[in-house]
Amino acid sequence: MAEINAASGQLTPYAHSLGIAVDRVEGGVPVLVVDFSNAVEGRPGALHGGAISGLLETAGYAALRGELDRIERKARLKPINITVEFLSAGKPRQTFSKARITKLGRRTANLVVEAWQVNRDRPIASAVMNVMVKDEEP
Amino acid sequence: MARQSFALMPDEPIPFDPALAAPLLGKGSHNGWLGLRYRDHGEDWVELELPWRADLLGEEEEEVLASGPIISLMDMASGLSIWTRKKLFQPIATLDLRVDYLRGSKPRASVFGRVQCYHLGHSAAFVRGIAHDGDADDPVAHMQGVFMTIATDPRNFARG
Repeated sequence: MAEINAASGQLTPYAHSLGIAVDRVEGGVPVLVVDFSNAVEGRPGALHGGAISGLLETAGYAALRGELDRIERKARLKPINITVEFLSAGKPRQTFSKARITKLGRRTANLVVEAWQVNRDRPIASAVMNVMVKDEEP
Repeated sequence: MARQSFALMPDEPIPFDPALAAPLLGKGSHNGWLGLRYRDHGEDWVELELPWRADLLGEEEEEVLASGPIISLMDMASGLSIWTRKKLFQPIATLDLRVDYLRGSKPRASVFGRVQCYHLGHSAAFVRGIAHDGDADDPVAHMQGVFMTIATDPRNFARG
């Protein structure tokens, strides 16, 4: 529970406002969830691609923040880029997302993120992100 | 009388007009929630505005819009640019979208998304665009993407 609260406290105002929450923490990595609502609806009855992208990106930052906290490294994060692949239409139900840090370097981090609904082995979208990691002055 | 009613139903469908369509597409959905507004368009491009709002911030203390809403802005402008070039509204799905963030937008500034549909294939549409905060020559982000048309068969539409 403490892990969930810590991760929730780091979500952006945008993420809270879209309805993104921390569902659970798996091995130190937050699994985010968003319920289906008007705020995330695109075509009638389908998730909006932009909302899915927002969820993926938020899951990426959540994983990175968690790891930086774990290794007690204070840094500011700035987006470099994100590439999102949309694999199937998002249905009107809960959507989950979790990231994997593929590289955390001195200046940049690279992450792979997936979003899924009922079946975790069949993601509805995946993303690759590069993030600038700037250490704060001690 | 009969002649008049025929005049209201031309043989050719009315070409897609992003200025008229944008407000309707946003109603009760993610785009409406973001408050996206139509700004301008040409033969194959559309520009929308994402107004600044406190609950769309990336980091509270910085008053800069998060990157998530910028993806949504570019996604919506992409769809409109495709329908504008096609002169026809047709259901589409985003296949792939890439955004490069050049810099943060100015505090409390609206972000504008200008997207061009530069190629229309049989079922794939290719788009590219920029996001800026007032000066299109000084973008905050670049994006490119590919969209697929969805067959208009209602059974396919329901399946998404």
